[in-house]
Amino acid sequence: MIKLGNVVKFLAVLILGSIAGIIGTLLLAPRSGRETRQSIKQKGQNVLHKLKSAREKSADPNMKEISNWGNYPQVQVKFHEFEDLETLRKLITQSDEVIARGNGRCYGDSALAPEIISSLRYNKFLSFDKEQGIIRCQSGVLLSEILDVIVPQGWFLPVTPGTKLITVGGAIASDVHGKSQHKAGNFSDHLIDMEIMVGDGTIVKCSHTENTELFLTTCGGMGLTGVILNATMQLIPVETAYIRQESIKIHNFDHMMAVFEESENWNYSVAWMDCLARGKHLGRGFLTRGEHAKIEELSSKQQQKPLLISERLKLNVPFNFPSFALNTFSVTAFNTALYLKQPNGTVESIESYDTFFYPLDSIQNWNRIYGKQGFTQYQFILPKAASREGVHRILDRIAESGHVPFLAVLKLYRQQNGYLPFGIEGFSLALDFPIKNGLFDFLDELDEIVLEYGGRLYLTKDVRMNKSMFTQSYPNVERFINNVRDLNHGNKFKSFQSDRVGITQ
Amino acid sequence: MKDVLILGAASDIAKAVAHQYAADGYNVVLAARNAARLAETATDIKIRYQVEATTAEFDALDFAGHAAFYDALTPKPDVVVVVFGYLGDQDKAQVDFTETQRIIDTNYTGAVSILNIVANDMERRRAGTIIGVSSVAGDRGRGSNYIYGSAKAALTAYLSGLRNRLAKSNVHVVTVKPGFVRTKMTEGLPLPGPVTAKPEQVAKDVLKADHKKLNQIYSLWMWRYLMMIIRNIPEPIFKKMKL
Repeated sequence: MIKLGNVVKFLAVLILGSIAGIIGTLLLAPRSGRETRQSIKQKGQNVLHKLKSAREKSADPNMKEISNWGNYPQVQVKFHEFEDLETLRKLITQSDEVIARGNGRCYGDSALAPEIISSLRYNKFLSFDKEQGIIRCQSGVLLSEILDVIVPQGWFLPVTPGTKLITVGGAIASDVHGKSQHKAGNFSDHLIDMEIMVGDGTIVKCSHTENTELFLTTCGGMGLTGVILNATMQLIPVETAYIRQESIKIHNFDHMMAVFEESENWNYSVAWMDCLARGKHLGRGFLTRGEHAKIEELSSKQQQKPLLISERLKLNVPFNFPSFALNTFSVTAFNTALYLKQPNGTVESIESYDTFFYPLDSIQNWNRIYGKQGFTQYQFILPKAASREGVHRILDRIAESGHVPFLAVLKLYRQQNGYLPFGIEGFSLALDFPIKNGLFDFLDELDEIVLEYGGRLYLTKDVRMNKSMFTQSYPNVERFINNVRDLNHGNKFKSFQSDRVGITQ
Repeated sequence: MKDVLILGAASDIAKAVAHQYAADGYNVVLAARNAARLAETATDIKIRYQVEATTAEFDALDFAGHAAFYDALTPKPDVVVVVFGYLGDQDKAQVDFTETQRIIDTNYTGAVSILNIVANDMERRRAGTIIGVSSVAGDRGRGSNYIYGSAKAALTAYLSGLRNRLAKSNVHVVTVKPGFVRTKMTEGLPLPGPVTAKPEQVAKDVLKADHKKLNQIYSLWMWRYLMMIIRNIPEPIFKKMKL
């Protein structure tokens, strides 16, 4: 006897099948390129054209709407990929306004230009010396892929940002940093060498000792010297895939600064701050610090396979939140809950490296909580002596403004190398703002405060800083611009950001 | 340690299949014409998955050389995946038999030539898995693509017969029928997103079919139903359709 459930299932398959059948009949696979293109043309109005991907493709197969992690701005650009050097050389020599792009995890328009060359398919490992901990790979390899290879063999990245879903090329171009910045510096500090394809299609190898100007201009150079092809990196040895973590409840900003100073010798430190707390609570939050765990610090179960961690459950934000989801009320409630949840004093724990370094990577598309207008991260740094006063003034201005930052991350930095260094000895605060009317004008006002105290903004997060702010706050701008001009054949490589802040035009 | 031999290893689907098997712990032999160009892929696979990965020179059309090619392999593979194929140009093939022959020989004769040898060896060893990548195009011939389609139809029938023969010898044969796949072969074509697979998806399906001892799979899965409908359109109607 046929059960009703089966009948329903059967009917569902039938209906789905017929719809699919119509599409399928029109499009039997595979046929030759010319044939398909002709038949697409003939069927002008047919159902195929209603399929979005097809519509985009038929106009110009390379045109694509791209935005980076902040979902703002979204622009139509020419999008190219390459797997071999010949293809890349052709792309570079044939275009005049182009920028390389990795996994699109910069927040704004650093990796946006009229033409984009994606490195994602240029992603092979080239060598791995397991004794010395030296790895060489093409620029499209993700840090997550490197970790998958090196951690089980007892190595780790000396510098990693808060997401592992970025490419090696992007990490160099942004000279990324993370919880270890105060000790280990930036990503480029651990590079042994790299190769770059410059504007005329030639490949140049550079390092701290070879073609030094090109090397220094490329590290943190926002992709403006050419396309980074590959890099050789020095790793650090680890006994386990775990971190010994301490989490300390912080009551106010002075407390925060004191605990950061006291944590100077810890390899990793970062703090979450309740950016809406006012008065004597200003600066409250919690600071986490960590060290790579030794085998004897692990539980007996973890000790059995100290270098292996289990895959985490992945969550997904399936759609953009409505723009009103994040408001003063919801963010205050969230922040207060987060603060109160943290026990007083110090909490010790053993965390997997995934949970410690990349908490947000387990929530795919978390950027959608800011709604379809997107968001920007305002990350500024102030010299240590000015940090207390500067942060107070900025948080006061924010409280008056009606713009509600959601996440606030504070960190103590050391001086950074290179020609466009974000890091100075001082405190950096990163604030996520949903994009809405008036935000950019307001951030211009904050820029003045940052400038007044001798601070600057992080280019990789930026989407709106103006030229005067950039040139006044970055120390070696002139030298950087000159180098880019010399190395970058008529400013072939440029982004909307580099045009905006006046590096290129 | 198990070994997989990928025949026609330069294609995007083949590379994705190689990654899948390597991730599953297999040593990989990447066989193709101009195998030297696959050296970087082999190195990449070795580093990523800590398995052995080597390249081997193989030409599907060099029927006479197939026996020597297979003899030279040590150890003999546990899994052989035939990925090579040639889409060709239907219009050209209609007027130029050289093109027709190349389509037929690459997709069918070449596969038969090497698989005969592989099958005999596996039958003798009473172990092994043969995976043949055919195509949904072989499920029904149509005006715009019937030379390629008929060669793939022949391959499908061959694999089915081989499965029948080798079932008694503990050798498993999988027929894989991909629909649209976004690869170098289809670059720039306006493929409809919902029924178009990435090479990685096809590769995952292939490994799954091997693990689960499935006989015939479509990739993506919905092609099974699409093709069911297409196969059942009555010929008097089908012949008038513009396909």
